[in-house]
Amino acid sequence: MTRLRELSTGTRVGLVMVGLTVLLAVIAPWISPYDPISTNADNALVGASRSHWLGTDQYGRDVLSRTLEGGRFALLVSLLATTLAVLVGTLVGTLAAYHGRWVDAGITRVLDAVLAVPAVLALLLIVSVFGNNLWVLVLAISVVYIPAVARVVRGATFPVLSTDFVTAARARGERSLAIIRREVLPNILDTVLVEFAMRASWVVLLVSTLSFLGFGVNPPTPDWGLMIQENRTALTVAPAGTLAPIVTLSVLVVGLNLAADGLGKYLGVDRARRGVLR
Amino acid sequence: MVRLIGIRLGTGLITLFLAAFFVFFAVQALPGDVAEQLLGQNATPEAVETLREQLGLDSNVWARFVEWLGNAVTGDFGDSLVTGEPVSSTIWASFARTLLIAIPAMVVGIALALLLGVWAAARRGSRTDSTVSVLALVAMSIPEFVVATVLVLLLAILVPVFPATVLSGPDASLGELLPAAVLPALTLVISMTAYILRAMRSSTIDGLATEYATTAALKGVPRRAVLWRHVAPTAVLPVLPVISINVAWLLGGVVVVESVFNYPGLGKLMIDSVSTRDLPVLQAIAVLSALVYVTANLVADLLALAADPRQRTLHQPRGRRRTAEVVR
Repeated sequence: MTRLRELSTGTRVGLVMVGLTVLLAVIAPWISPYDPISTNADNALVGASRSHWLGTDQYGRDVLSRTLEGGRFALLVSLLATTLAVLVGTLVGTLAAYHGRWVDAGITRVLDAVLAVPAVLALLLIVSVFGNNLWVLVLAISVVYIPAVARVVRGATFPVLSTDFVTAARARGERSLAIIRREVLPNILDTVLVEFAMRASWVVLLVSTLSFLGFGVNPPTPDWGLMIQENRTALTVAPAGTLAPIVTLSVLVVGLNLAADGLGKYLGVDRARRGVLR
Repeated sequence: MVRLIGIRLGTGLITLFLAAFFVFFAVQALPGDVAEQLLGQNATPEAVETLREQLGLDSNVWARFVEWLGNAVTGDFGDSLVTGEPVSSTIWASFARTLLIAIPAMVVGIALALLLGVWAAARRGSRTDSTVSVLALVAMSIPEFVVATVLVLLLAILVPVFPATVLSGPDASLGELLPAAVLPALTLVISMTAYILRAMRSSTIDGLATEYATTAALKGVPRRAVLWRHVAPTAVLPVLPVISINVAWLLGGVVVVESVFNYPGLGKLMIDSVSTRDLPVLQAIAVLSALVYVTANLVADLLALAADPRQRTLHQPRGRRRTAEVVR
């Protein structure tokens, strides 16, 4: 449905940036020159050389290999968590709008109450209690983002509900879920897609923040957030160890944001105005 | 009008109550209760049972919720499990230190974002506009811990102007905290400005396209006056919710910033309490954050009511109301 030629330069640049990062992360195990977790104390904190293009970190691990493989976990968690959050959020948002009145008022209050508790606090507590296993992280992050998605989708659903085709479907006696699936969803798909691209960028940021704080992946698994945390003390001695993950992480998130902006413009959803609920 | 304010206040209170409810029961649902955590894994079942009785943990969970909430309303959140001191005094001291970085960040960030937003919108499509827009996009794409790390590299290591960390923790004096507060505040400014700037730019562009802006321009009002006197004040209205969300977000954002700079504020307290599982402190922080969130939203709502007479009618025609919902 989206023809590539109609997309703006910014959007294309964004898509290329995201594609490149994802591609590198996927093929990383085959192209990394070294084992990202094998240590070599004699070769710690060396600068860039022919054998180690980006040097090594304090344990003598190859920075290039760690950077290449460092996105795999974050990307997997982000993809799963964003998908789950957008799916459930869309369902809750449309149901709240469809049923209106007390159901809507109740759901809105509950969503607002969940939004009021800081996401980082909830996540840190959940991870510290249940461990940082992949599914715990995915579930916890999606729960944190479901209210924000639901609120945006709920807002986008109201105008669709007052259209004649929804009234006709109601008059035919169709069930609420059937109406939501067949009549409402196709008409709010643009909002949902932009929401997905936007959430993805925030989820990536949140996952790397968790790793940075030490609540994401377990060392010695390579991860960008963790690498920045581990290597920033050696910032002046071996800057590549901190800068390389910063660059890859930024390329990914800038790319996601450019793509989300372009997608929003293309589909006529004003993102700057709406994209406020982190 | 009074009724409308009453309704907003009421919903705010309900949200706050629900948030406290969730926080309390989420903590209850965690595996292992306070007694087990206090005594550690090697405790005998009898000892755990005795402590449970002393702490009143074996009474009904609803009764404990009512008691906890009743105390919380008066500002009493019980004692910390780690230090044994009252939670409220610890929290308020940390919160005050967080405000030391949050309030300057808020004032500077909001002012900067609004000005730059209007400025970029007035030069839409020009090189300044694209520069500002790209910078904003980059600023919102880079996580706070990266901004903080880069700022430390630039302003604490390469050009040592400000200290990178607070060494003496919660005992630091005000004279020691003030210089240490600059870099954390700067990090927060960079992170929060981007969103408000983008919203303000978008809203001003819409404002410049309205009929009243065209009318003013056709009457011969100078372009600068059209922009700042006719367009900008109205354009701030849709940005108010964005600002309130960002202000509330500051409290979550400080977790990262304070942990990088080892700044003894609420965020640092949060991280420390998570690692020690100091549940009463965490409950109190969550409730305080919810209070900030609700207050920020309420203030934004009331400001919008004060500034925009269109929002003051309670029974709006349905169509109107919906457009307002969509914008949000």
